[in-house]
Amino acid sequence: MTSEALLTWARGPGFDWALAIFVLGMLLRLFEVLSLGRKPDLSEGRGSGVAGGVRTIITRTLPRASVFAREPVRILNGFVFHIGFFMVLFFYGPHIELFETKLGLGWPGFSTGIIDAAAVITVASLILALVMRLTSPVLKQISSVGDYVAWTVTFLPVLTGYLAYNHMLLPYTQMLALHLLSVELLLVVAPFTKLTHMFSFAMSRWYQGYQAGHRGVES
Amino acid sequence: MKDDLTLGERLRQRGVSRRGFLKYCATTASMMALPPSMIPAIAASLEKAKRPSVIWLSFQECTGCTESLTRSHAPTVESLIFDHISLDYHHTLQAAAGDGAEHAREEAMKGNWGKYLLVVDGSIPTGENGNYSTIAGISNLAMLEEVAEGAAAIVAVGTCAAYGGLPMANPNPTGAKSVSDLVSGKPILNVPGCPPIPTVISGVLAHYLTFGTLPELDALGRPKAFYGQNIHDRCYRRPFYERGEFAETFDDEGAKKGWCLYKLGCKGPTTYNACATAKWNEGTSWPVESGHGCIGCSEPNFWDAGPFYQALSVPTGDAGNTLLSAAAAGVAAGVAVGFLNKRNKAQAAEAHEQVSADDLSKD
Repeated sequence: MTSEALLTWARGPGFDWALAIFVLGMLLRLFEVLSLGRKPDLSEGRGSGVAGGVRTIITRTLPRASVFAREPVRILNGFVFHIGFFMVLFFYGPHIELFETKLGLGWPGFSTGIIDAAAVITVASLILALVMRLTSPVLKQISSVGDYVAWTVTFLPVLTGYLAYNHMLLPYTQMLALHLLSVELLLVVAPFTKLTHMFSFAMSRWYQGYQAGHRGVES
Repeated sequence: MKDDLTLGERLRQRGVSRRGFLKYCATTASMMALPPSMIPAIAASLEKAKRPSVIWLSFQECTGCTESLTRSHAPTVESLIFDHISLDYHHTLQAAAGDGAEHAREEAMKGNWGKYLLVVDGSIPTGENGNYSTIAGISNLAMLEEVAEGAAAIVAVGTCAAYGGLPMANPNPTGAKSVSDLVSGKPILNVPGCPPIPTVISGVLAHYLTFGTLPELDALGRPKAFYGQNIHDRCYRRPFYERGEFAETFDDEGAKKGWCLYKLGCKGPTTYNACATAKWNEGTSWPVESGHGCIGCSEPNFWDAGPFYQALSVPTGDAGNTLLSAAAAGVAAGVAVGFLNKRNKAQAAEAHEQVSADDLSKD
């Protein structure tokens, strides 16, 4: 198979399949959780559950001071990774064009110099995250295969995107095909790993916050 | 022209000065990325070069390649290179017709067996025993096999001959194939493009006359000197890409300011050709300069690689439909699994047995 044929497949049927599995899998996982349900809470609330839910979705974005003091590097690195990842995903011109064509919604992007730097920082922060996971005895103990799979499928699209843009290692056509394939791998794997947190984080924060709000306690 | 002049003699006869000739050799050397030390070697070889016999076979094609190549800036030295080859058979350019034309081909083959250069443009239909296209009652397939056997080397001119081209586009009704799909055991050089740049073919011919071999090729059989670089990397609009300045339509402000055409479907990033540097029509312009994105015509499968006016980063399928059907299936499966879990829960509750402290006593 030539790299042109691989690229054509990755842009065509490959992407369609990956997107289908991603959407199907994600909804399956979320509905599975939701449909389990909870017994109705008949108690009279001391506070507003809804307010607590909304507040917690937002406040849990920032760590508690006591937690931050214990592991500042790991927490900061998490922020660096997420911001870097969102920047390259949502503010690189060709990526915006994808959203604009498929969703009809476009926005201005950054110049490639900024995106390039963001990609380098994202790659570095992912590597740091892996090193910390492998060197911390506690983290290592609680890491499963799924954690390493999730790391790999997140790392590959950023790395191949950077290599493709900078014409490194392989000809652009080949690297672009690998970049798209790695994105497709991420889409396929995401619903079946901890990467479901990209949607479920809001659900779990809402749930915790609602419970606490209803009881009128801090969350 | 049935004479025995060398290229050097012919050039002098036409009044080309030694200086002019050396200039051409220097241009050729730099164009093909050869070191300057090769210039005297090129000059010496070209000077002494005899006319090679060239047989040109046109199969499933539109004659665009011939149209392009015959516009190789006459009357420059380049065109004299074309004059210098003995083009013994070429449908469009030869005076002879019918039997006479076919005899010319047979004679050229017989007289130069094992030495002639075969140039092919157009793809070869293989469906229905190759009967979709015939010349003088001979199918393209049979003619290619016959002529290729005695060729020293084969040059596949145009994307059709090199990779199948438009005739091969889905559903490929004629079973079109490229030269390299059908011929093996001969050196094959691809000069793709729809059509290819004239300078490229004259450069390849000059190389063949000089060294008696074909130039260094890339993985797709193309001479690296011309197809080694990416259109996007050589594009004068590249700085706009880097700044994130894109034309959104063909007549907006961005388009008028000459911004990058990526969002309008330019395939420059995945296309390897010399357009951005060699340009067209005696160096006048090239597609991107005239305001239209590159369609990637020198790449295999460019005809079936998605819409020309959709950006390279945009998937070619119908994401909306995929999304809707996958979402429906996902919700249905999620609800089904939910019911299953609820049933399990209920069954577990039903199967639950009351256990008293007595049951747990050890005796």
